[in-house]
Amino acid sequence: MFIPHTDQETREMLEAVGVKNLAELFTAIPEKYRFPKLQLPPAMTEMEILAEMENIAEANESTKDLVCFLGAGAYNHYSPAAVDMLLRRGEFYTAYTPYQPEISQGTLQVIFEYQSLVTALTGMEASNASHYDGATSAAEAVILAYQNFRGKRNKIILSPSLNPQYTATIRTYTQGHGSLIILGADARPDGSPEDLVQYLDDDTALVIVQYPDFLGRLYDYSALIAKAHEVGALVAVAVNPLALALFKTPGDMGADIVVGEGQPLGLPLSYGGPYLGIFATRKEFIRKISGRLVGETTDSRGNRAYVLTLTAREQHIRREKASSNICTNQGLLALAATIYMSLLGKNGLKKVAELNFHKAHYAAEQISQIPGYSVATAAPFFNEFVVTCPHPADEVAAHLLEHGILGGYELANDYQGMDNQLLVAVTEMNSKDEIDLLCEVLAEVNHD
Amino acid sequence: MTEPTLFELSAAGRKGVNYPDSDVPLTNLPANLLRKDLPMPELSELDVVRHFTHLSRLNYSIDGGFYPLGSCTMKYNPKINEVTSRLSGFANTHPLQPIETVQGNLALMYQLQDLLKEISGFPGITLQPAAGAHGEFVGVLIMRAYHASRNDAKRVKILIPDSAHGTNPATSSMVGMEVAPIPSDARGNVDLVALKAACDDTLAGLMLTNPNTLGLFDENVLEVVRIVHEAGGLVYGDGANLNALLGIVRPGDLGIDVMHFNLHKTFSTPHGGGGPGSGPVGVAAHLVDFLPAPIIEIIEPGSEEMAPLYGFKTPSKTIGRIKSFQGHFGMLVRAYTYILMHGPDGLRKVSEYAVLNANYLLSKIRSTYHLPYDRVCMHEFVVEGFWPDVHDVHALDVAKRLMDYNFHPPTNYFPLIVKEALMIEPTETESKQTLDEFADVMVKIAREAREDPQLLKEAPHNTPVGRLDEVKAARDLVLCCWVPEGE
Repeated sequence: MFIPHTDQETREMLEAVGVKNLAELFTAIPEKYRFPKLQLPPAMTEMEILAEMENIAEANESTKDLVCFLGAGAYNHYSPAAVDMLLRRGEFYTAYTPYQPEISQGTLQVIFEYQSLVTALTGMEASNASHYDGATSAAEAVILAYQNFRGKRNKIILSPSLNPQYTATIRTYTQGHGSLIILGADARPDGSPEDLVQYLDDDTALVIVQYPDFLGRLYDYSALIAKAHEVGALVAVAVNPLALALFKTPGDMGADIVVGEGQPLGLPLSYGGPYLGIFATRKEFIRKISGRLVGETTDSRGNRAYVLTLTAREQHIRREKASSNICTNQGLLALAATIYMSLLGKNGLKKVAELNFHKAHYAAEQISQIPGYSVATAAPFFNEFVVTCPHPADEVAAHLLEHGILGGYELANDYQGMDNQLLVAVTEMNSKDEIDLLCEVLAEVNHD
Repeated sequence: MTEPTLFELSAAGRKGVNYPDSDVPLTNLPANLLRKDLPMPELSELDVVRHFTHLSRLNYSIDGGFYPLGSCTMKYNPKINEVTSRLSGFANTHPLQPIETVQGNLALMYQLQDLLKEISGFPGITLQPAAGAHGEFVGVLIMRAYHASRNDAKRVKILIPDSAHGTNPATSSMVGMEVAPIPSDARGNVDLVALKAACDDTLAGLMLTNPNTLGLFDENVLEVVRIVHEAGGLVYGDGANLNALLGIVRPGDLGIDVMHFNLHKTFSTPHGGGGPGSGPVGVAAHLVDFLPAPIIEIIEPGSEEMAPLYGFKTPSKTIGRIKSFQGHFGMLVRAYTYILMHGPDGLRKVSEYAVLNANYLLSKIRSTYHLPYDRVCMHEFVVEGFWPDVHDVHALDVAKRLMDYNFHPPTNYFPLIVKEALMIEPTETESKQTLDEFADVMVKIAREAREDPQLLKEAPHNTPVGRLDEVKAARDLVLCCWVPEGE
């Protein structure tokens, strides 16, 4: 199968090594614990494992079986066939981190182009090669800000409408930094950005807001960012990158850092991962970014070429002085997003973003006309909005599921007093018929 | 050999993908919130396919050749994993679906937790961490939380042997710990005298890479664990080298308290040109309650007719959430496929042959390259990439020259305790022929170093590009090919 040795070869190799059998190679292992009998299922052939895995996969109901209006951080989008076909090239997916640039120019140029596309999309000046996902990117922004002020500023202000999983991840990441204080996160999520101004002072290291926010709303954060800068604080904006195809960039608003979940850029839902952590900054923070960076240079023959650069920031050189231990990033997912953005290009990205916008607004308009329902998201939104239901949202969602609809995300999972609120996402994948069906079933729930 | 960038290939007005027109009435866009310009490339589908196909050809890969990169376990990535992980039922499930609709995913994750428990000897597993370094971070957070729960917050010192993995010190700092190095003894084991001297009541724990980065199994491991435990510390096991231990020994049985796995090393999920990884963490019984949330549990037991209901559980003293959703699920599917295809005997064979291959390769080159710690190695070994009698030829030159013979170089200049280190890990999936060819080339390069050192100094000669000007890259800092208007 995957171990190619013949018996003859094994004998020759053992002899060359000077041992009688394989067991003799392991005498350094404490004898008492050597060669445990593992209680595992017996080996399966490829034919058998495929059948087994098909059985397991079929025990799920996927977004191909159900109509999906579920978002809340991961979205059901179309990914053109060429994305996955190119990802399947073994030259890409069976390569390691490009430490040897002479034989890794493919991966290096891909990352360089990824960095270029991310800076263009976010309106920032530098992007790293990616972090694990949106939540860990947000946590890395906190670490960057904390280090930027050499630990002298101790307040981190988190918008209450920042994705709750990002907030939770930041709380975990900062456990070892006892002096850090997190403010703002526990307020009601349906307030406005101005509510954060009260927390700003000269001990504030960073403010993180989300765009569109967790409830789907689009705010121009320029005023908040200006006020944060007045007290010397940094601002990070957590984005849905697809929304940036249409809407004003965080760069235009004056943001210092952009983080985000790259999944909407052609990555399969895959039950939550692997996804892609976007991380971009203004120029002055380049040397403080953790994670890999690729730079352009020339080779010994005078050709343009690419190489990992500023590696002195990284854990294997700085060791305990490094600000992050990240080494592996999401190389293959960055490749997927790069191919996706290349295929769609300027026109396609805008078109998809517009489809999301129009379909979501049509859905919101239709739902708001159903007796008992209202749309709680008043501000402009992109492809997601909050519906206030006449009954608890979990009951509504359960009823929708009986009709084969994933109706949305129940906000009561994260927020007190939002029992009747359902967060509904609409993408280019949802036809008018599906939206109309959603409304029909919602109307039915109110009659029950 | 220069491939144009996406922006250079772009032609205004060209399209790659068409989308249907909207089937709903249009809504006015909020004019004050729109971006002015979207400076993205415009390409046809064929432009894109050719571009990335060209780029792929500039890469070295496992599918293309031998990749003996020490500490990275570049074994063959079975193709079936790419099929199973893309099955629609897996690839098209949303992470926030009601648990009743994703029982397949949850059953798989639950069973993978169980498989990893059995393989490692740890009673608690989290599948959440996104990579090895992320797993380390989780492990040290758990150690910190454990001491804090015992009102023993003065324990902030983490001991790290000089033969440990390079990420360990940065990981400890991220958690707010203080790092103290521990030297190795003459046989490459942890120096027990230095270890004892460093153990006091501020000790949080030891981070032990075993086999270590010299490729050696610590012969005193039980004593090391005992010393740390007696001082009230915990032992972190860096599981990056687990490929040497499957069915050979279970780290949990040795008394290790917490360990991360690298599914992308040991269990063959592809490295992807630098991610995604997957770094589950296993813990001993006294640490199970500190695992990150959520873990997968049976929440309603099954019966003969009914499968159990799988769901999420938050451990009682959890360190919290460490990323979005439930881990790198796509990688978990691949690792699960791999483990079930091997079974208990197959997994033991993996480690036996990984170790045999390393020792065989070592036997072929040890008279040419100096071996600083002369012992039977595990799945990898470290030799010196220089010769005292050859002036100004370095490990780097040997590494670069290997590329001319279509081999990926070993890891070089790590571990730091070996001068001009070349760290070689062949893995079990390589045949005797490949090892023989590689050994012959290594011997040939040593000859070239004496006869024509310039050949090595100027290598590589046959690669898509020559040696890179890394100083220029760091000085000029050109990190993107798109220049914003007005600059």
